[in-house]
Amino acid sequence: MPESNQSHRSVGRYLVQLAVVGVFGFAGLVWVLGWLAGLTESTLADAVDADAQTVTIVVAEEPPQLDSSLSTDTSSFMVLGHVMEGLLRYGKDGGLEPGVAERWEIGEDRATFWLRRDARWSDGRPVTAHDFVFGWRRTIDPANGSSYAFILYAIENAEQINLGKLPVETLGVRAVDDFQLDVSLQRPVAYFDKLVAFPSYYPIREDFFASTRGRYGADADTLLYNGPFEISKWIHGARLRLEKNPHYWDKARIRLQAIDAAYFTRDPSTQLNLYREGRAAVASLNVETVETALRKRWPISRFASGAVFYLELNHRPERPTSNLHLRRALSLVIDRDELVYNVIRTAGFVPAPSLFPIWLQGANGPLRNEIPVPPMKVDVDLARHHLELAKRELGVDEIPRLMMLVTDSPTTAKEAEYLQNIFQTRLGLDVAIDKQIFKQRLAKAAAGDFDIVVSGWGPDYDDPLTFGDLFASWNQNNHGKFSNAELDRWVATAQTSLDPGHRVFAFGQIQRILAEEVALIPTYEPGSVYVRHPLLQGVVRRAVGPDPDYTNAYITGES
Amino acid sequence: MKRLLQGVVTIWFIATSTFVAMHNVPGNPLLDEKAVSPEIRRNLEARYGLDRPVFPDQYLTYMRNILRGDFGISFTQRNRRVNDILREHFPVSAILGILAIVFAGFGGILFGSLTAVYRNRLPDVVIMVLVVVGISVPGFVFAALAQLGIVGLNEVLGWTVLPVAGWGTLRHLIIPSLVLGLGTMAFLTRLMRSSMLDVLGADYIRTARSKGLPPTRIFFRHQLANASLPVLTVLGPAIAAITTGGFVVELIFAIPGLGRYFVEAVQQLDYTVIMGTTVFYGTFLVVMVLVVDLAYALVDPRVRLE
Repeated sequence: MPESNQSHRSVGRYLVQLAVVGVFGFAGLVWVLGWLAGLTESTLADAVDADAQTVTIVVAEEPPQLDSSLSTDTSSFMVLGHVMEGLLRYGKDGGLEPGVAERWEIGEDRATFWLRRDARWSDGRPVTAHDFVFGWRRTIDPANGSSYAFILYAIENAEQINLGKLPVETLGVRAVDDFQLDVSLQRPVAYFDKLVAFPSYYPIREDFFASTRGRYGADADTLLYNGPFEISKWIHGARLRLEKNPHYWDKARIRLQAIDAAYFTRDPSTQLNLYREGRAAVASLNVETVETALRKRWPISRFASGAVFYLELNHRPERPTSNLHLRRALSLVIDRDELVYNVIRTAGFVPAPSLFPIWLQGANGPLRNEIPVPPMKVDVDLARHHLELAKRELGVDEIPRLMMLVTDSPTTAKEAEYLQNIFQTRLGLDVAIDKQIFKQRLAKAAAGDFDIVVSGWGPDYDDPLTFGDLFASWNQNNHGKFSNAELDRWVATAQTSLDPGHRVFAFGQIQRILAEEVALIPTYEPGSVYVRHPLLQGVVRRAVGPDPDYTNAYITGES
Repeated sequence: MKRLLQGVVTIWFIATSTFVAMHNVPGNPLLDEKAVSPEIRRNLEARYGLDRPVFPDQYLTYMRNILRGDFGISFTQRNRRVNDILREHFPVSAILGILAIVFAGFGGILFGSLTAVYRNRLPDVVIMVLVVVGISVPGFVFAALAQLGIVGLNEVLGWTVLPVAGWGTLRHLIIPSLVLGLGTMAFLTRLMRSSMLDVLGADYIRTARSKGLPPTRIFFRHQLANASLPVLTVLGPAIAAITTGGFVVELIFAIPGLGRYFVEAVQQLDYTVIMGTTVFYGTFLVVMVLVVDLAYALVDPRVRLE
């Protein structure tokens, strides 16, 4: 067809016209819709701004809400640690510093805190002892169902109130006047100063709380701040901007003017791209992105999260794992070095020989130095010997199939497959992996529906007891129902003794009993690696308390 | 009228099946890493009405609340109402969705016509290869590649032309909506190509030409308009595809759309948010399909409304 060339050319021209109209139409539509959605900003913030002393960061998860009495997750604790302040707070070197309390005395059955008179809420009114009484009562009130209510149980009547047996007004905390807070204790607590730094102990002002009509902590304007920063903008899912609180009593200490959490994403490659682009000052790395960072020769920092992971074993009598010899056999074949360095292969992870992680402090230094860790050797022959003894005691020819309950995360999946293989090849055991979503893993663990469960525990307060009481017979988190009267006695000692040396001795005994009885099999302490902008200095990472902590951070002028 | 009734039944079915499925998924939304005493568990259950029998009490309450347009309070964001979550985050997803649909529709028509006109020649071959890639490669791969591409582009140019991720400026809209619309555009291109080929050979085009109509008019009024009709028909399913595709794009580009709240709610077993978003999306899609049907009747006189 001779005319087709002609037609091609003209149609081609029409299509070009159409394309031009399309591009402009699309741009116009972007503009209109953006205007309707209030996307009015025109500039993108840089990762660090030395003149404005502003840092832009990416946060893996948005805090679900910021009511300090109800918060349970690390991202909420991180934000709360910047915008609120308790009686005490965590300092630069990880130790405790005076916060709203100027000084305090902690005795056997009571504690007194004297509040500084210049501590202010972000509306300029003073922070008083009444605000602490109100906040603590909210945490313990069973009607609020706070998961962390237990952390107040050292206070008189707290547990009874939380169980609904006493009215909330009977809680052993009293405002003597605006600036003196008296606490009656249920039992002596050597670490009460560490407890009051926890978010569940933060103050909440009653009149403001009432004015929010049940929406306290849901948005920037339904919160009142008494910390170094206040939330100036909270667009759910998009942005959380903290600005220096002009009413904060210690504002001279704070050098950053603003911390802008402008991105919420846990995707490691997005985080790294934002870092690379100069839009975010910090990015956490995973196995793949760490390679990119290494290639680019960026300085990589590592950080131990403070948690410890272990295999919980089911001690209920109908379970094969209730047999000590079987538990010994299992623990003797696991090569922690192999698991951490060859299987999990995530930088920052270290093998764990004990329930007490490496960073814990004893009476005069690291706890590890004061209570040496029991040796952890792989001994397959000895393990097989114990396995034979176990079979004889259980009266079986073969150990029945063991159910290993795990969460559906990539790391635990790899770990579970490794363990399954090890138990199969070294002991000839049949192990089935039961992979569940997190909430269902918790439900099955709580119901005792497992033989082995891959668990982890993160610290709540800076004392070995935050791990030490986990396997007490009464602990709700002791899913395998391990029960040992001697261990219970040592836990009670660690809870009530005020003598540091004696408490460390008790922790030593707890560690010994757990190892002898193979109550659990510790596996590793997880960690993370990240890159940080070289001009951003003074960021504190810590195992307990708000992490990361930017309150002491600043941006230097030159690298 | 009949269609409307069908829509209502569909939505009822979505609501009920989600309710049944959710209550049969193992796990409990109130469980947390820190175990709480049974007394507090009971308190929490009472607060969310989980202490009453699932059927009929919980089901009826839930249906009654849906009729009133109240989806309750989130389990994880404990003082945020599900209605607030929908109200704040659906517009974000909607903006991305509209842009993606416009991009897909326009691109599909443009490239489809191009391939048809240049059938079996270079533009046709190149575009059709790209179309196959666009249809078969999942969206999250494009999203990740696009992001890497932007980083590279900005690095070469030395300034940020387009942002890597986030929300707040107009520039944040462009790449995510293009990525979101890409798969649908590929699909529409293929559709447009075949329908354009039909039209090009049609008798009425030859008639129009022999009548001496100007070529511009022939192209736009007769060829393009008629060939675009099938594209309109598949817009309903296309909207569904783009809505669901939005989840991934929102996660990767750190965009505060409804999709990521839905995904997170499923992971957290946040009953009220799961219910709210599913019923909302379900209703939205049912309405969209109805709207597309109506639009089709308006554009094509051969289709009559019953």
